[in-house]
Amino acid sequence: MSEAALRCEGLVKRYPPDVVAVDGVDLEVRRGECMGLLGPNGAGKTTTVEILEGLTEPDAGVVEVLGQRWGAGDDRRLRGRIGVALQETRLSEKLTVYETVRLFRSFYGSGRHPDEVIEVLGLEEKRGAKVGKLSGGQRQRVALACALVSDPDVLFLDEPTTGLDPQARLRIWEVVEQYRAGGGTVLLTTHYMEEAARLCDRVTIIDHGRVIAVDSPERLVKSLGAEQIIEAELAEPAALELASIESLAGVSGASFDSETRRLTLRVVDIAQTLARVLAELERQKLVAETLRTHEATLEDVFVHHTGRGLRDG
Amino acid sequence: MADRHTSDRHTGDRRRDDKVTGHPLWELTAARLREFVREPAAVFWVFGFPLVLAIGLGIAFRNKPPERVKIAVDGRLPDAAEVAKRLSKGGRIDARVLPHARAERALERGEVGLVIAPPTAAPPKASAAPQGAKRAALSLSYRFDPSAPESQRIRLAVDDALQRAYGRVDVVAVVDVPMKKPGARYIDFLIPGLLGLNLMGSSMWGLGYSIVHARSHKLLKRYAATPMNRAHYLMSYALSRLVFLTAEVTILVVFGFLVFDVTLKGSVFALAGISLVGATSFAGISLLIASRPTTIEGVSGWMNFVMMPMWLLSGSFFSYERFPDALHLPIKLLPLTALNDALRAVMNEGRPLWATWPELCVMVGWGVGSFVIALKIFRWR
Repeated sequence: MSEAALRCEGLVKRYPPDVVAVDGVDLEVRRGECMGLLGPNGAGKTTTVEILEGLTEPDAGVVEVLGQRWGAGDDRRLRGRIGVALQETRLSEKLTVYETVRLFRSFYGSGRHPDEVIEVLGLEEKRGAKVGKLSGGQRQRVALACALVSDPDVLFLDEPTTGLDPQARLRIWEVVEQYRAGGGTVLLTTHYMEEAARLCDRVTIIDHGRVIAVDSPERLVKSLGAEQIIEAELAEPAALELASIESLAGVSGASFDSETRRLTLRVVDIAQTLARVLAELERQKLVAETLRTHEATLEDVFVHHTGRGLRDG
Repeated sequence: MADRHTSDRHTGDRRRDDKVTGHPLWELTAARLREFVREPAAVFWVFGFPLVLAIGLGIAFRNKPPERVKIAVDGRLPDAAEVAKRLSKGGRIDARVLPHARAERALERGEVGLVIAPPTAAPPKASAAPQGAKRAALSLSYRFDPSAPESQRIRLAVDDALQRAYGRVDVVAVVDVPMKKPGARYIDFLIPGLLGLNLMGSSMWGLGYSIVHARSHKLLKRYAATPMNRAHYLMSYALSRLVFLTAEVTILVVFGFLVFDVTLKGSVFALAGISLVGATSFAGISLLIASRPTTIEGVSGWMNFVMMPMWLLSGSFFSYERFPDALHLPIKLLPLTALNDALRAVMNEGRPLWATWPELCVMVGWGVGSFVIALKIFRWR
């Protein structure tokens, strides 16, 4: 049996007339692994996931789920082995939590008892409540219950915690971790760094339908060659000589976004470097309106590769 | 880590309990039924509204003495008061004298159906009158709008009353026998029509609205990601319709019997059969309409586009015989016309189910044709 739970190669999806949502994505998710797809809105995350889920047909490329291809004649059996939580599914508001999970359970030949899954998701108290009366976090947990009730081998989660408060997010994370502890494979899309860093063994960063980087969150951050980040927003006029800042000792990389006037520096030792940076700014007669420093994160990896923030769109 | 899981997880202690839930078709149908009864507004429009319509129309058109015809007598006419008085005597005509301008205005507004005015031209010369005819006792003119549907009838009634009032002697003795027996009154015509209308409306809205709702909320897509048999999903709508259908038909028929004494002359079996075929036919049409739209507004527009002509043409409120002959065949090919005609044949005329085969064929044709196309073009996302 192949080691990969999910595999795709050269995936392309176009939406006529001129949108290329996915532009040659290669991806491999190993069994038991949690892979995160990280990227801004419109990067092609959802399209990629929906192609893997067998909901969208790619214009080109190869897709294998649990060693099978969609459309090879056994799609229903394959669907029985995956669990899906789409972005923003609105489950029927008139049904109760139990009725909803039970309905989904009825589609599968085998799986877990609805009550068992409801308990795992901490929804026992809401068992008889109508879905329409639940909070956003609770609804998201019901959606997750519907995905888990078949006891799937692979779980697809498309932005499972978008728009949820930190507490609700934490509950979802715990459920995903529990599922993984049972040996399940997860493909997760998100634009939250913390989420990817906490849940994912590996992260695939995509932008404009292309894969930019694939590795574990830690190694991606390390690859920046920096432990710390200095961010400064410059006051106008911000005519910057980037090269002279980049060549300062201790600075391993620098980028400047002239639109937001944001200067981002990757540095190894912040204590030694900060003074030099400020001196250089002063020499160039530039004023920093704000100045922040923080540990390097996946966000900085994204900025490094694209020159844009993840949420800049 | 991966090694532990490359073996099939299914062979572990995973629960294999197929009796946890019922058959998916049943579970889907049960979900449909729950969704419906938990939507009070939908319950009212399906069950309450037809009753309100039946009560309203039943009262409006109940058998009562023929309504008095309202007309005006132009004040400029000599003897206007006398003409009005003699006309009103028979009890069928309500004639009142109005000044010229007001009489004209009343006619334009449709408050009166006809105005008796002074003659516009010279009265027919004696030589033009038939041989032996006496000189007219009175000469006047009728002003009315010939395109108004009732005006010809009013003109005849007024003329008849006026001629008699001024001494015409009828040469044929006639007695009026009002038809009052159940089965031939307006309400007998109306109840099957309402039944047909309701079967169409609830099939169309019940199905179309909730399918498009599910599509716009990405619920269809979510279902498509499960191994659910897609035909089960569509069939669950048909099945849940059957449950409500029984209730809808029963309520309206029993109501018609209790309140208006409308009897079912044919068999319950025939009524059930026709209702079933009719509702299923509209379910197919509705599925077709709902197979592509992604918004409620979109599907509502299409629903109205399809239903409006049938509201008007298919003889729910009045017989389509009133339309020109050339239109009768196309009208009869409409599914609602077929349903209404078949329901009336069974309820009012007591015909057996098989005798309505032409109507059944029309309904089955529409239903099957639409369903087949719908399955082909149905959009799950």
